[in-house]
Amino acid sequence: MIEAKNISKSFGDNDVLKDISASFEPGKTNLIIGQSGSGKTVLMKCLVGLFDVDKGRVEYDGRNISDMSFKQKKDIRKELGMLFQGAALFDSMTVEQNVMFPLNMFSDKSYEEKLERVNFCLDRVDLENVNRLLPSELSGGMKKRVAIARAISMNPKYLFCDEPNSGLDPRTSGLIDDLISELTEEYQMTTVVNTHDMNSVLNIGDKIAYIYKGELWWEGNKHEILKTDNKELNDFVFSTELTKRLK
Amino acid sequence: MKHNFFYHTGRYCILITEAFKRPDRDRVFWSHLFREFKNLGVDSIGIVAIISIFMGAVVAMQTAYNIDSPLIPMTMVGFTTRQSVILEFSPTIVSLILAGKVGSRIASEIGSMRVSEQIDALKIMGVNPPNFLILPKITAAMIINPALIIISIGIALFGGWLVAALTNLVTPQDYIEGLRFWFDGYTVFYAMVKTVVFAFIITSVSGYMGYYVEGGSLEVGTNSTKAVVYSSILIIVFNLILTQILLT
Ligand SMILES: Nc1ncnc2c1ncn2[C@@H]1O[C@H](COP(=O)(O)OP(=O)(O)OP(=O)(O)O)[C@@H](O)[C@H]1O
Ligand SMILES: [Mg+2]
Repeated sequence: MIEAKNISKSFGDNDVLKDISASFEPGKTNLIIGQSGSGKTVLMKCLVGLFDVDKGRVEYDGRNISDMSFKQKKDIRKELGMLFQGAALFDSMTVEQNVMFPLNMFSDKSYEEKLERVNFCLDRVDLENVNRLLPSELSGGMKKRVAIARAISMNPKYLFCDEPNSGLDPRTSGLIDDLISELTEEYQMTTVVNTHDMNSVLNIGDKIAYIYKGELWWEGNKHEILKTDNKELNDFVFSTELTKRLK
Repeated sequence: MKHNFFYHTGRYCILITEAFKRPDRDRVFWSHLFREFKNLGVDSIGIVAIISIFMGAVVAMQTAYNIDSPLIPMTMVGFTTRQSVILEFSPTIVSLILAGKVGSRIASEIGSMRVSEQIDALKIMGVNPPNFLILPKITAAMIINPALIIISIGIALFGGWLVAALTNLVTPQDYIEGLRFWFDGYTVFYAMVKTVVFAFIITSVSGYMGYYVEGGSLEVGTNSTKAVVYSSILIIVFNLILTQILLT
């Protein structure tokens, strides 16, 4: 379980996050949704400790990440996988080297075992025969999938995905969603996903937090979200033709 | 500028301290070190050779031109060329050239990793990014640059010899005799100390400029230029300081 307790974060006079408290449960796909620029990425970076929060704290199963030593943070980070919004693959390395990278750094497995793990992870994200390619030779969606494979290669306890399916076609995007929720259940991971894709929300939203202008506006799940009478949330949810028809 | 000199100096010191921690994986460090030997060293041999041969030739010509008194023996051409090349031209000029070549390369490599969040990705995995990215470059340059400078000295002196062989400013015999005249190993030591310090300046300053890029690819470009400018200025300043300490 990951808990954000009263966290605030600003850049100069731009108050991006305002007193957000939320909890993210293990074995569930926890979604953070909100408009572009609402602060989803910043919230996620605060959760993983890439940004220091101005106020409040973030706890991983009771362990407060803000006042940890470098060594302790390092131990937590080995249990953590993250998919960045822009994939963030190492562009000097091949796909195989990218996925193997965390294993090379932090495991004592033999090369064959590592390779087996790499192929297993690539297989999970539906990628074949790409081992030798460089990130620059991949399509946007393939990059995302390689990044997911890299994020899960160490069997993380906590998985963070920043817009795993932006820029993907609906089918691949559905596959990625299913993959994330399957992995979450299978390994009882605590998964946090940023998205503004309503398909994902209705597909895998076990627990949803709606961020509106840096504030936590609404919490619930995929069934409740269609019935809420919260105005801002309704505007967000029923903004597409498809969801309007749903109503 | 958004931040002042003290802010940058402090942040630079913290970054370099982070970089000089023990690597997570020795094997990974060694493989990166060897890659940097190639990237920073072997790949620079060409430009170092070209610059050195012309530099040596010009120094020899200018010295010959300056000696118009029959009281000064022509062996002074070889002697002066050797002294100037070892003391100043090879270590300082070649380091300045390397600041341009290697510095911009390092800053743009690390800078583009910053703006595409690859550095954040490293951090998330529990890797210490300065240590992982900057330490192999600093170490490699501090080891390989002295070798480059030795090569440069050799080629520059050969350049001077070519002048002797191809013109009638000085005879090759006089030139060679001058080269051998009153050689003091301390000058080479001085050159090597300078080279190692300059190598540290180039790699650490450009590593710093790349690591703290904020923005996008435009800023990567701006910061690589700054990396070259700042490391060149520091080289000039430290050249004076080291000369003061070591030669006077
Ligand atoms: N490093 C930064 N420095 C300054 N301001 C930032 C930084 N990162 C984000 N912001 C600001 O924080 C606000 C929220 O940005 P954020 O990236 O979290 O949005 P988002 O919800 O992830 O949007 P999107 O769906 O488009 O990815 C924006 O106003 C942005 O300008
Ligand atoms: Mg975002």
